[in-house]
Amino acid sequence: MSAFWQGRRIPLAWLLLARQPARLAIALAGIAFAGILMFMQLGFRDGLFDASVTIHKLFDADLVLMSPRTMSSIGMAGFPRRRLVQALADPAVKGTTPVHWNLLLWRNPQTRMTRSILTLGFEPNDPLFIDPGLQAKAHALNQKGRVLFDELSRREFGPIAEWLRAGRTVETEVAGKRVRVAGLVTLGPSFGADGNMLTSRETFLRLMPGTPPGSIELGLIRLQPGSDPAVVAQRLRQLLPNDVAVYSKKGFEEFEKNYWRSSTAIGFIFTLGAAMGFVVGCVIVYQILYSDVSDHLPEYATLMAMGYRLVGLLGVVAREGLLLAVLGYVPAWLAGQGFYALIRSGTKLPVAMDPQRALIVFTMILVMCMGSAAMAMRKLADADPAEIF
Amino acid sequence: MAVRGLQHWYGKGEMRRQVLQAVDLEIRPGEVVLLTGPSGCGKTTLLTLVGALRQVMEGSVRVFGHELRGSSRAERQQIRRGIGMIFQGHNLLRCLTAEQNVQMGADLLADLGYRARRDRSREWLRAVGLGDHLNKLPHDLSGGQKQRVAIARALATEPRLLLADEPTAALDSRTGREVVELLQGLARNQGCSVLMVTHDPRILDIADRVVRMEDGQLVEAGEGERLWGSDRLPDAGMGPVQ
Repeated sequence: MSAFWQGRRIPLAWLLLARQPARLAIALAGIAFAGILMFMQLGFRDGLFDASVTIHKLFDADLVLMSPRTMSSIGMAGFPRRRLVQALADPAVKGTTPVHWNLLLWRNPQTRMTRSILTLGFEPNDPLFIDPGLQAKAHALNQKGRVLFDELSRREFGPIAEWLRAGRTVETEVAGKRVRVAGLVTLGPSFGADGNMLTSRETFLRLMPGTPPGSIELGLIRLQPGSDPAVVAQRLRQLLPNDVAVYSKKGFEEFEKNYWRSSTAIGFIFTLGAAMGFVVGCVIVYQILYSDVSDHLPEYATLMAMGYRLVGLLGVVAREGLLLAVLGYVPAWLAGQGFYALIRSGTKLPVAMDPQRALIVFTMILVMCMGSAAMAMRKLADADPAEIF
Repeated sequence: MAVRGLQHWYGKGEMRRQVLQAVDLEIRPGEVVLLTGPSGCGKTTLLTLVGALRQVMEGSVRVFGHELRGSSRAERQQIRRGIGMIFQGHNLLRCLTAEQNVQMGADLLADLGYRARRDRSREWLRAVGLGDHLNKLPHDLSGGQKQRVAIARALATEPRLLLADEPTAALDSRTGREVVELLQGLARNQGCSVLMVTHDPRILDIADRVVRMEDGQLVEAGEGERLWGSDRLPDAGMGPVQ
């Protein structure tokens, strides 16, 4: 390692780069561009997958029951509510919450346009979300025809939050029935739903009169402290008939993400986009390093004639690659932060600079630069000190 | 430095042609030897062989007591550290200042600290009269100044043998003369042997010995200027075509 960085020597790699500012600027712009492209594409991809489970993450549950016919949150099938009661027979189960789940048509009270909104129906006294603040608000749902509206829903649902804060009574139609907004909750739109609302089971059934009696779409199971969810899930799978599937909470989220990952082209498209950025970056860095080595070939040959080892000179090229990687990554990271903020405000997608992705992109840039340096080094083998006399 | 029965060929098979034929040459420590002769007679080849830049094919080349024939790449690279080289072009690193260029030479002295190597580089630049141009890039120096930086760089490695290939070729006569005198003086002070290839008749008087090469053979040797009558200037480019 000390041979690689040669502590107290002329920083030849740096000077080779720095004394050609135009070339350095082009190289850094190219690397930064590739980095930004990778940040964007991977950010979108992860953001979209994360966004598909915005609601899923909020549930207060250790285990989740769903119908085996359910493919994703935009097409939840029903299963008998009795299964939850059966699950209560297991000593490790502390409590359960039956949840109705469907996409209904919400009429924007301002523009009268309708739009599909994710509606969850539950017993207002049952725990639903981890956030304890809901309990107090849920009380208002005990009255018929009352709903809680998610203030993070997209603007197309109407200025519900503003009106409510201004003290107005907000009433609108959901699935053709009149409802009153009794309060606001903070959930966030997901990939499958642009907006959310909560209501009582009773109101839900009034909005969806066709729901078969005793059928629910989601069952939340909370366990006694200290019990192992995996073990209990296994017991429940044996206990319950096969008209219901048991998931851990993590598995419930993964199930949803997996749907978007495997049943749509999103993952492929964005991964391909990131790969394109990588390839473009490779081409640029290779071009820069190759022409740098070619231009300085007589100088490298001179150094070899003076007694410098080929390995040492390869180290110079490697250090150039490393410097380019680090210097190019910084603007890419900063620009990535900026773009993520822009995406968050523009699309309400939960896109953030998570350390893992920052590391992945840095690794990609490093591989890009060091790989290009390794390719450019082959040119260095042409430096024959005997030819310079 | 001692050369015995050195032969060298370029090319392979039918195309193979001999450029050196049984060359014998010895240079004593501190001696300044000039090598002249027409172009293409093998002077540069001899220089690259003595400078451990090429593998010796036939015969013996001993530098500092090491036999170069059959030496490995690593051995030759190690021997090159004891040899200073000055080229026709200055071959300075364009991205380094004069001082940094010289220090690239001094950096090969592994047992010196960074500060000592830097001070040494500055001393050498002062010795070649460039004390005021330490931080200039080669781009901003004149041809003579660049060649002087190259000399400082070669001497900064504390060589015991200095090889120079037409160091005055790119310089006007007065600058060329100055540079060579500087080179000779500094090398003498260091006790460093010099083998210099040149076509320039005006500098022959600085040599302890002049060696003439023709068709890959050393034909005559003499003491300095006496060898050359005014009617027999070495004619660059007029040698026999091989």
